[in-house]
Amino acid sequence: MSAVTAEVREAVVKRRGHPSSHGEARFGFAMIGLSVLFVAIFTAIPIVASLGLSFFSWDVISTPEYVGLENYRRLFTDGPVLKSFGVTLGMALAIVVLQLTIGLGLAVLVNQRKLVWVRTLFRTAFYLPLLASTAAVSIFMGYLFDYKFGVVNYYLSLLGISNVPWLTSGFGAAATIVLIAVWQQIGFTFVLFVASLMSVPTDVLEAAQIDGAGAFRTLFRIKIPLISPTILFAAVVALINAMQLFDQPYIMTKGGPGSATTTVTIQMYQKGFQNLQFGYGSAIAIVLLVAILVITGLQFLAARKLVFYQ
Amino acid sequence: MTESTGMLARIGRISGIAILVIAAMIALGPLLWTVTTSLRTPAEAFSNPPQWIPSHPDFSNYAAVFDRIPIGRFFFNSVIVTGLIVVGQTITCTLSGYAFAMISFPGRSVIFGIFLATMMVPLQTIIIPVFVIIRYLGLADSPLSLVVSALGSAFGTFLMRQYFMQMPRELGEAARIDGAGHFQTFLMIYAKMAGPAIATLAILNFSGFWAEFYRPLIFLQSQDNFTLPLGLVGLQGNLGTGSISVVLAGVVLAILPSVLLFIFAQRYFIAGITAGASR
Repeated sequence: MSAVTAEVREAVVKRRGHPSSHGEARFGFAMIGLSVLFVAIFTAIPIVASLGLSFFSWDVISTPEYVGLENYRRLFTDGPVLKSFGVTLGMALAIVVLQLTIGLGLAVLVNQRKLVWVRTLFRTAFYLPLLASTAAVSIFMGYLFDYKFGVVNYYLSLLGISNVPWLTSGFGAAATIVLIAVWQQIGFTFVLFVASLMSVPTDVLEAAQIDGAGAFRTLFRIKIPLISPTILFAAVVALINAMQLFDQPYIMTKGGPGSATTTVTIQMYQKGFQNLQFGYGSAIAIVLLVAILVITGLQFLAARKLVFYQ
Repeated sequence: MTESTGMLARIGRISGIAILVIAAMIALGPLLWTVTTSLRTPAEAFSNPPQWIPSHPDFSNYAAVFDRIPIGRFFFNSVIVTGLIVVGQTITCTLSGYAFAMISFPGRSVIFGIFLATMMVPLQTIIIPVFVIIRYLGLADSPLSLVVSALGSAFGTFLMRQYFMQMPRELGEAARIDGAGHFQTFLMIYAKMAGPAIATLAILNFSGFWAEFYRPLIFLQSQDNFTLPLGLVGLQGNLGTGSISVVLAGVVLAILPSVLLFIFAQRYFIAGITAGASR
C-alpha cells in the first residue's frame, strides 16, 4: 500500500515537480555542501591532478616543466621500479589467496559451532589483531621474527631447526611480511564469511542432508556457491589493499634486504617525497591505479563464470 | 548411521576444534607476548624462553616510556586528530547521506555517481596532489592537515545514505504537514533514528585513523606533531635494541584504546565490516 503511494508520489513529482521543490532543492544542496567541498578538494581534484602532474617534471619549489610522456617512458625502463611492481603483485596475490582460504576455512569451522559464546570467543580472537595499527604490529613482529633473539627462532631451535633468516633474506622477508599481513587481516575476511554463511538458508542445507550429501559436498556444492558474491567482494577489497602494501615493509625492512620487499608504494614514496620528483612519483601512482583497475576488472570477469547470484 | 561414519564425524569434529584452537593461539600469541614482555625488566626482555605469564610484573617500563620520549604528546596529538575526524565526518556524512537518500534536487544521481567513483580510488594514488594542496593551505607539518583532508568521505556518505534509504518517508511527510521545516524534519526525526549507522561510521573512523601511519609519515616533520603510530616507529629507532620492553610498553598503550572500545562496541565493529559488503 505505502509502496504504491510512494510510487504514485514519485511519478507526480517527476511530472510536475514537488509543490515545494525549489526550497527542497536548495535544502539538498546545502546538505551535501560540506561533503562535496571536502571530497572535491581532497579526492576528486587530486585524481585529475595526479594524472596531470604525471606529464610534468616538478620538484615542488621551481615551476613545473611539461615533459609529455617522458615520466612514463622512464618508468617502463626503470629496472627497480618495474621490479617493485613484480614484488608487489607477488606479495599481494599471496596475501589475498591466504587471506581468503584461511579466512573461509576458519569461518566454516566456527560456523559449525552451535554455542553462541564459543563463536563470539573465536571471533574476538581472530578480530583482535585488526585492532592494532600496522605500525604497532610491525614493531612487535620485528622483534618476534628477529634472527638472533626472536621468539619464533627460539621455539624452532627447540625443535632442532636452526635459525631461520626471516627478515634478513630476500625470500624470507617477503614471505614473513606476507604472513604478518595475513595474520593481521584475517579477521576481515573471517567476519565477512561468518556473516555470509549465517545467511545460507537452513532449508537448503536440510534438503541437501536428506539427499545424503556429506559435509564436504555441502560445503563445495552449496555453501561456497551461495556465498560466492561475498567471496568476490572480499577478494576485490583485499587485493586493492594488498596492492598498496607499505607500512610493514617500510617499517620492518625498509624495502630490503636489497629490494626484495620494495613495493610500488615504497618506490613512489622514495621518488616522490624523498627525491622530490613529484611528476615521476605521480606517474608511478597512475600506473599503480591502472594496474589495480585492470586486476579488479579481471576479478569481475572471472566472477562472471564463478560467482553465483541468486 | 553406521558406526564408521559416526566415528568419522567425531574425528572431523575434534580436528575442527583443534584447528580453531591452534588458529586462535596464533592470532593471540604475538599480542600476549607483547603485553607480557612490556612487563619484564629491560635487562631480561629479550631473554628466551619468553614468559607467557609474568612472574614478577615490572611496570617501570610504562613510566620510562613517558620519561624517554614525548609519548604523552603523541597521545594528545592522536586524540585530537582522531577525535576531530570522527566528529567532523559524522556531521558531513550524516548531512549528505540524508540529502542523497531523502531529498530530491537536480544533479543528485550524477553527484552521487561521482562520489561512488571516488570511493574506488586508493589513497596512495592521490597522495602527492593532496600533499601539495596541504602545503598551499599552509598546513604542512600540522596535525590539522590530517584532519582537514579527511573531513569528507564518499564511503561515509554512502553508508549513511543506505541507512536513511530504509527509513519510512511517511514520518517526514507527516512532520512537514505539521509545519516542520526541512532541517527540523531531518534533525528531530531522521537523525535521531540514525544512531546505529552513526555509531558504525564513528567506530570505523576511530579504528582507521587512530592506527594511521601513511599520511602522518608524509604530512608531519617535527616530532612534536607526531601521532602515536609514527612516534612509536621513531621510538623504536631512538632506543635501538637496548630495551624493547619500553618500546613494547608504548605499543601496548597505543593499542589499548581500540581494544577497550572493541570490548564495549563489538557489534558496531562487525557492522562496519559487513556494511561494506552491501555496496
